[in-house]
Amino acid sequence: MGRAVLLDKVNVPGIRDFGVYREHGGYRSVDKALGEMTPAQVQQEVIKSGLRGRGGAGFPTGLKWSFLDRKSDKPRYLVCNADESEPGTFKDRYLMEHLPHLLIEGLILSSYALGVKTCYIYIRGEFKYLVGILETAISQAKKNNYVGERILGTGFSLEIYVHPGAGAYICGEETALLESLEGKRGNPRIKPPFPAYKGLYDCPTVVNNVETLATITPIIGMGGEAYAALGIGKSTGTKLMSACGNINKPGVYEIEMGLPVEDFIYSDEYCGGIKNGRMLKAVIPGGSSVPILPADLALNTARSEARLLSYESLSEGGFESGSMLGSGGFIVYDEDACIVRNTWNLTRFYRHESCGQCSPCREGTGWMEKILYRLEHGQGRRSDIDLLVRVAKNIEGNTICPLGDAAAWPVASAIRHFRGEFLEHIK
Amino acid sequence: MLRITIDNILIEVEEGTTILQAARMIGGGVVPPAMCYYSKLKGSGGKCRTCLVKVAQGSAKDPRPMPKLVASCSTPVQDGMVVENKISVEVQQAREGIVELLLLNHPLDCPVCDQAGECDLQDLAFGFGMEETETIEPRREYPVVDIGPLIKLHMNRCIHCYRCVLTAEQITKKRAHGMLYRGDTMEISTFIQTAIENDFSGNMIDVCPVGALTDRTFRFKSRVWFLNPMNAHRECSSCGGKVTAWMFGSEIYRVTGRKDRFGELEEFICNECRFEKKDISDWVIEGPRKIKRQSVISGNQYEHLKKGSIIHPIEGTTEPQE
Repeated sequence: MGRAVLLDKVNVPGIRDFGVYREHGGYRSVDKALGEMTPAQVQQEVIKSGLRGRGGAGFPTGLKWSFLDRKSDKPRYLVCNADESEPGTFKDRYLMEHLPHLLIEGLILSSYALGVKTCYIYIRGEFKYLVGILETAISQAKKNNYVGERILGTGFSLEIYVHPGAGAYICGEETALLESLEGKRGNPRIKPPFPAYKGLYDCPTVVNNVETLATITPIIGMGGEAYAALGIGKSTGTKLMSACGNINKPGVYEIEMGLPVEDFIYSDEYCGGIKNGRMLKAVIPGGSSVPILPADLALNTARSEARLLSYESLSEGGFESGSMLGSGGFIVYDEDACIVRNTWNLTRFYRHESCGQCSPCREGTGWMEKILYRLEHGQGRRSDIDLLVRVAKNIEGNTICPLGDAAAWPVASAIRHFRGEFLEHIK
Repeated sequence: MLRITIDNILIEVEEGTTILQAARMIGGGVVPPAMCYYSKLKGSGGKCRTCLVKVAQGSAKDPRPMPKLVASCSTPVQDGMVVENKISVEVQQAREGIVELLLLNHPLDCPVCDQAGECDLQDLAFGFGMEETETIEPRREYPVVDIGPLIKLHMNRCIHCYRCVLTAEQITKKRAHGMLYRGDTMEISTFIQTAIENDFSGNMIDVCPVGALTDRTFRFKSRVWFLNPMNAHRECSSCGGKVTAWMFGSEIYRVTGRKDRFGELEEFICNECRFEKKDISDWVIEGPRKIKRQSVISGNQYEHLKKGSIIHPIEGTTEPQE
């Protein structure tokens, strides 16, 4: 285990600089693609690689690209979703901070495959300090004729722009992101039409996560089949996990898909065990939106098989006994953590970040927060627990965008697995 | 032509029709309630989620059901689609959940609200609401604001349907009215507190499904069910001049646009007709508008409403006379 294809060069001093990056094998994928491959071949490699969206939903990237409306005579856009605001997730920030050229290389390759001439990086407002890093990297690439007019003397031209948002979680939802990019209020659009047909400025658009686009670089470098050989089953390749919580070594780790959760938490190569020798209580494996798992279900599935870090294994058992890989925001709680307080804290976040456009999410997130506040502060009623389950169910699946689901799942799962602890909070 | 089955009723519609529009063509009980969708306003719909329906079969080509309930107002019909609305328990339960959430912060001040009796939310609550509330939290409160001399804004009652925002966008060239803040603190505002001075601004009152926007010239004059809605018209230089005059005896208490059986305006009317022409000599009175007996406007029908009985919101609105 432990093969790194994204972060292999992350510890090279000065890797942010174009020259150093180039020395260590950078931009070879672009040379290869523009020199020897047609755009269709690049896309074919991505399909072969089995790469799935790293932003949370896990939708196959090659398939998403194939939906792009190529018959339209309008310009096409590629938008890189760098609005990483999911609590517990900080992998994209790390990637952009340390390996900006890896992302830019991925953007060039993807744009080439999709026939895109203009590419936007929509970056979260709080990541302002990264804007400079990315813009420097873009200008360096431009100086070396990897971005701009007639790249490497071919007919392919590309401009990359960095656009900082104003710091709204909802703008990580792809259609809200497009609205925000157009200068409007960041409200998710009603789908259909999907961005592949009517995206940015009503033109065909592909929106992908930072990690997804950065992964295109090694895929072209090593070939789609070689990438697909990594990982397990339909979860191919490697994944960045951002580990935090009560562990000895929080941080961003690149894992090969299929690593057992137990190894990830306890081995010294990764999280290094629970802090202060405590016991593991619960894990949120994929960012705050996914269902929480108690220790036994986090380490083993309900069928007593080892739980692996992959899309399939983590979601085994559905929401009854499983969770999701999501964005890879791995949050670990030890035995001293209060699940009720933690759930309240998460609901506070979703209440604050709901755009307010559709009624279930606008009213429901606020209501759940108020109920959980009461529970946490000793004013709970016995009926509140079932009420929370009911409110979560009324939100789930009934909203315009997935934020409603994201707000409902943590609450529903916390009560499902830790009902006793909720009861203890009621005097 | 596309074939769609809604609650076991087959209808053929043109391409681009939404499920809600198809249901309205069938009419009657299969029409899902809509609080935010307004056929005359471009870009409306999808927000209130009361029109959610179940798609039991996506299309003839791909017969799989859709995984989630979909908003019928913004989902286009596909050939061979099978939709369940009234016959689906799941849909009815989801709708009850939505209504509960819509009422969560609604003040329920119907006894002092001018909209009572012709309020879409009131009708919806009779149809799908619960008899008691489970909330003990205080509801959110905003100060009452005057939007110009003619319109009053009660933000407490607003359900954030965006209809008035879209109306304002259609009648004004520059943006003058919209949403501020987000989540459950979101509020409607004119930017910033400037009155909308437009000849058609009064239509925002008519498109508002609740009592958030009310007519300042009619405030507290009468309950709507004491008045007789009459079709009336006059020669008007800026609008069609076809209105509903709400009369008590020979006095006109207020003037509104004519609403069709789905509660939507047939045409926008100008502020002069709405606010200034309150004398019977200004109008040619055509005759009374037809009102369905189930409507709360028809007055004092409340005792028939027991728990479980469903009065369909659509049937509770006024209907033009033949």
